[in-house]
Amino acid sequence: MSDISFVRTEMLPEKEPPASTVGFIGWAKANLFSSVLNSVLTILSIVLVLFVLSGVLPWAFQSVWNASSLTECREILKATYGEHHEGACWAVINDRWVQLVFGFYPPYPIDPTMYLGNPPEGAWPAYFRPIATFVLILAAVAPVLFDKLPRKMLIITAIFPFAMPWLMWGGTVWFPVAAALGFAIGYFAFKYLADIVGELAGLIIAVVLPVIWWLFLMGPFADLMQSIIALDIPVVESRKFGGFTVSIFIGVVAIVGSLPIGIVLALGRQSDLLIVKALCVGFIEFIRGVPLITLLFVASTLLNIFLPPGTEFDIILRVLIMVTLFASAYMAEVIRGGLAALPRGQYEGADSLGLNYWQAQRLIIMPQALKISIPGIVSNFIGIFKDTTLVSIIAILDPLGLTNGIRADAAWNGIYWELFAFIAIVFFVFCFSMSRYSMYLERKLKTSH
Amino acid sequence: MTVMTDPPKESFRLSMLIYDTRYRAITIQVVALLGFAAFFGWLIWNTSNNLAALGKEPSFRFLWEPAGYDINQRLLDYNSQSPHIRAAFIGVLNTLVIAVLGCITATVIGVLVGVLRLSKNWVVSRLMAVYVEMFRNVPVLLWIVLAMAIMIEIPPGPREFRGDNATASVSLFGTVAVTNRGIYVPDPKFDGGLGDLPVGASSTDAACAAYYDGSEGLVDINPACGTFQISLDFLAIVALLAGTLYISRRIKQRADDIQEKTGDRPTTWYIRLAVVVVPMVILLYLLGLYFTVPELKGFNFKDGLHLRNSLIALWLALSLYTAAFIAEIVRAGILAISKGQTEAASALGLSAGRTMSLVVLPQALRVIIPPLISNYLNLTKNSSLAIAVGYMDLTGTLMGVTLNQTGRELETVLLGMLIYLSISLTISMAMNWYNESIKLQER
Repeated sequence: MSDISFVRTEMLPEKEPPASTVGFIGWAKANLFSSVLNSVLTILSIVLVLFVLSGVLPWAFQSVWNASSLTECREILKATYGEHHEGACWAVINDRWVQLVFGFYPPYPIDPTMYLGNPPEGAWPAYFRPIATFVLILAAVAPVLFDKLPRKMLIITAIFPFAMPWLMWGGTVWFPVAAALGFAIGYFAFKYLADIVGELAGLIIAVVLPVIWWLFLMGPFADLMQSIIALDIPVVESRKFGGFTVSIFIGVVAIVGSLPIGIVLALGRQSDLLIVKALCVGFIEFIRGVPLITLLFVASTLLNIFLPPGTEFDIILRVLIMVTLFASAYMAEVIRGGLAALPRGQYEGADSLGLNYWQAQRLIIMPQALKISIPGIVSNFIGIFKDTTLVSIIAILDPLGLTNGIRADAAWNGIYWELFAFIAIVFFVFCFSMSRYSMYLERKLKTSH
Repeated sequence: MTVMTDPPKESFRLSMLIYDTRYRAITIQVVALLGFAAFFGWLIWNTSNNLAALGKEPSFRFLWEPAGYDINQRLLDYNSQSPHIRAAFIGVLNTLVIAVLGCITATVIGVLVGVLRLSKNWVVSRLMAVYVEMFRNVPVLLWIVLAMAIMIEIPPGPREFRGDNATASVSLFGTVAVTNRGIYVPDPKFDGGLGDLPVGASSTDAACAAYYDGSEGLVDINPACGTFQISLDFLAIVALLAGTLYISRRIKQRADDIQEKTGDRPTTWYIRLAVVVVPMVILLYLLGLYFTVPELKGFNFKDGLHLRNSLIALWLALSLYTAAFIAEIVRAGILAISKGQTEAASALGLSAGRTMSLVVLPQALRVIIPPLISNYLNLTKNSSLAIAVGYMDLTGTLMGVTLNQTGRELETVLLGMLIYLSISLTISMAMNWYNESIKLQER
């Protein structure tokens, strides 16, 4: 027997991995230059990106942050970067950011003639009230957004719809307290009367009593309490509202208000009751069929005509009403989509457990329907927040409306891009983080596999 | 023995309206209807009281009074002596112009971006993602105002085209002038045109005939006699186009039939193209088509078609903004088609292009169309932001200048809303009909 072995006895040296499939080059080859068309696209995009960056970056970064007028800005740019350099003049943001954020809201409402720098006697810190409003919004929204936070924070969320308008507009504290009392009246009326007169009658009473309270008794009550214990802060007229404060104010109110109204409208549209359904469909389709700007025209010119003679709503309040109605029609459609997407078995399962309509909605249908509609709801929120810029057309000084005012000042005449860039960046940050949050929430609530 | 008795006759009691589910629905509805009627009546009562206090009688008579203002972009005859209603109509046409232009460009850009965003090419897909996020997360009004500022600030003024050492020149072989007063493009004109077809006019009427001589538009309305005339050139082109498109369709049907019978599909695309293009070229040649090139005369360009800054800015901003949304819809639609469909198609031996056009796209369209409709509607409604850049659409005319001049806020705003509502409903009806026609045919 000869010793013929076909089995290799020594190990081959390890080969280098082929350079073309790993590392950056391999990746680039597979993804960027896999075909002729792909290579052309890649090169075109890179050229485009470089072209845009080469224009924008020097403009944005070789810029001036400290100057008192556009002419001064241009002189500094000339002196620093040479004759032909086109640089941004961020000095306008530096100079006017307070106005862009707060509008003409008085820094010290206790004495509106005073400006920044010389606080009057006994005044709160400058812009205390709008800043407190922002903090309140964050504190109220946080426990809703992140369920790891202590549940006690939800108390702030409950207080917030009453406290926010009071902080912004001012006046007696008894007014928001009285408004909140209306809900308490409704709650207790239902709780104690339902056993005595029956559930349905209790419900009707629980709705009627607060409405009577709000319409006729709330004002005198607030006045009476104010005359007994005076607790008030100076009133700020709403024509002083402006800047991002007014955008956020309108946006938050419309978002908070549109969700419950939207749910009611969606349920109405899905209901078997023919007339209720027709009313809801008519409202939703009408609002969705007209542009928001026409509704804002209604707010600015017509709403006072529709109300009893002598009623004077101020313009911000009128806009709030119309924007909320507008938003709720869209919200209703999103939620209806969620309701329609629920399998029929969920409704039947709820029925078979013997739950009545409202119990089924509250315990079975709504939690699931709302979860399905989260992406739509959040993109609605983003849309509403962006649409608040439209109020500049009816002469409310939101950031976009303020840019015209800033340009009207001789010092900043002819400045465009810096202001637009600043406003765009702020809106982008808000809207982009909202959309990212909705993605996070979708992942978190996903119960399927 | 028990005695069978009739079940007790159920007598109707008032409390059954609330406690009996058979009647409760009716009660609730009646209450809702009464509440609604009361609310509406309350509004109307308030309105009439308020208007009486202001001394205004609601009436639409003002619509037939002379408007007294000019509209710079008009598709039909209009001058400041025309009535308000005509101004509003010109405004509606301008709204429709921007809506149609915007929808077309937004769809083209949106589909392109949506497909590119799914590309495996990292640079391209990232770039498209940046575009989409940038446009979706910034208000459309800001984009419109920004586009307007760009149109006014960046291009050179007409003055800079003048002289031997002009700093600006007319681009695209001297045919398109981009100035800060708008863009001037070549204007198509007909040399040996067929003339106009008067509708409803007696040719003996001297006033009418005199008016006809000077008019050039596609459709001219003669305010003197309330008649109108249609350009015969325009009619001829439309008729020819309709005819050739029909023939092209028949050729396709024939190809389909042959494919059904034999399995081989004859190549027809060049025949179909020729059937449409060749007669059109001949007709245009016979009509004597020529283009007037924009030329600098005096302080401004003349002889070209003037696309105003407001139109361009609105068009650009609306289409780019809506395209970002459409891109996301297209992407979602394509992703919704399961991979098995593509694999099955390639197992059948279809090429990548035919897989896309015969298998993926027809299915993706079903997912894409409904949200696409609502985006078209959004674009149409957003076109009302024209008022921010001074484009005279319905909002600018009826709810803008007319409102301010006549002080008739109730009538103008309600009429404007009604018109927008009918435009929206028409679009959604048409698109829903289309959606029905491509829907999955189930048993």
